[in-house]
Amino acid sequence: MRGLIGHLGQALAALTLLAAAGGAQAEVPLPKIPKAKGEKCVEPTDVMRRNHMKFLLHQRDDTLRRGIRTKKHSLKECLGCHVTAEPGKPLPTADSPDHFCSACHRYAAVKIDCFGCHNDRPEQSGQPLAQNPRTLPDAAVGRRVTVETLKVLATGEEAR
Amino acid sequence: MSGTDTSRRRFLAGGAAAAAGLLVAPGVMLLPVARARAPEEPASEAQRWGLLIDTTRCADGCDACVRACKTENGWEGHGRPATDPQWIRKVKVRDPRTGHTQSLPLMCQHCRKPPCVDVCPTGASMRRADGIVLVDKHICIGCRYCMMACPYKARSFVHEDVHDPKPHAPRGKGTVESCTLCVHRVDAGRVPACVEACAAEGNGAIVFGDLKDPRSEISQRLARYGGEEIRADLGLDTGVRYLGLS
Repeated sequence: MRGLIGHLGQALAALTLLAAAGGAQAEVPLPKIPKAKGEKCVEPTDVMRRNHMKFLLHQRDDTLRRGIRTKKHSLKECLGCHVTAEPGKPLPTADSPDHFCSACHRYAAVKIDCFGCHNDRPEQSGQPLAQNPRTLPDAAVGRRVTVETLKVLATGEEAR
Repeated sequence: MSGTDTSRRRFLAGGAAAAAGLLVAPGVMLLPVARARAPEEPASEAQRWGLLIDTTRCADGCDACVRACKTENGWEGHGRPATDPQWIRKVKVRDPRTGHTQSLPLMCQHCRKPPCVDVCPTGASMRRADGIVLVDKHICIGCRYCMMACPYKARSFVHEDVHDPKPHAPRGKGTVESCTLCVHRVDAGRVPACVEACAAEGNGAIVFGDLKDPRSEISQRLARYGGEEIRADLGLDTGVRYLGLS
């Protein structure tokens, strides 16, 4: 009897060792998270992993319903930093596993609705008004002003 | 950007002259200058944004405002008028007695008592504190009651998939949408795209501004020339007013 228990103990120890060795060889696969542009996220990583959806939900109501447009928890800012392209490739879309959001959400099998309406990539540098300066008649005074002038008048931003 | 009105005006005049290399006469200041709020400051009831549309200056056949809206907010038709979205449209009205015709743009009138908000079952149709009427697409279920309630036919339902929406104007199939008064621009202290386009076209038929600020250009014009609401009999107190309607 004692012999049997001893054998069992040895077998158990061997199994544990085997399991440990096996674990090192075939780990649970982890999602491949694309690298962000910025140095540091707006919140610590563990807080972000647990609470990013709460931040986004809060921010969306603040922005749409109250007109608060702080950048800290804005979806646009998230995408601007986290959605990056590999050299020579276009920016990944939300249905690609290379997209920051999709990388984890595919892994966790959690469907996100954000990109049903929101663009899934940051805006590429495009300035439709500034790109195409035209000279336009100003009916009021009979002088000519450019789109830039109007833009300055409208936005109060100094032209560069 | 300078803080007070006087230095701001001086700065603008100087900036404009420098940018264009031209003398800009005071008459050019047709575009009202909206002051940007700080990003953390919510929209407040101290303001009420509105438009004044001078139909006598609105050119028949010109659709610069519609095109500008499409470009700015990323909506377009698919050649299917029954289901295509339409945030702003040009309307031609004719008095059958005299044959007098007028051309005018029609969009969400940003009512103070909006029927679309009254009928919305989820609270998605909403009026912001500063008077801008919006659809919260996060909670819109696409029932389209608001479309039926709006006397101006200003709202559209998105029937088709949207590709590559503008980051500042999210749009999605299955929700209702309408003119946002370019809320993203207004929050940044700029004027709506249609106003800018109309001025750039040389018509300057649309003035944007704060109806509650007696010093704003829109208020001064309203005080001087008056201004009518379309279907004023409904008592909705619209934020969009028209001049020269007869």
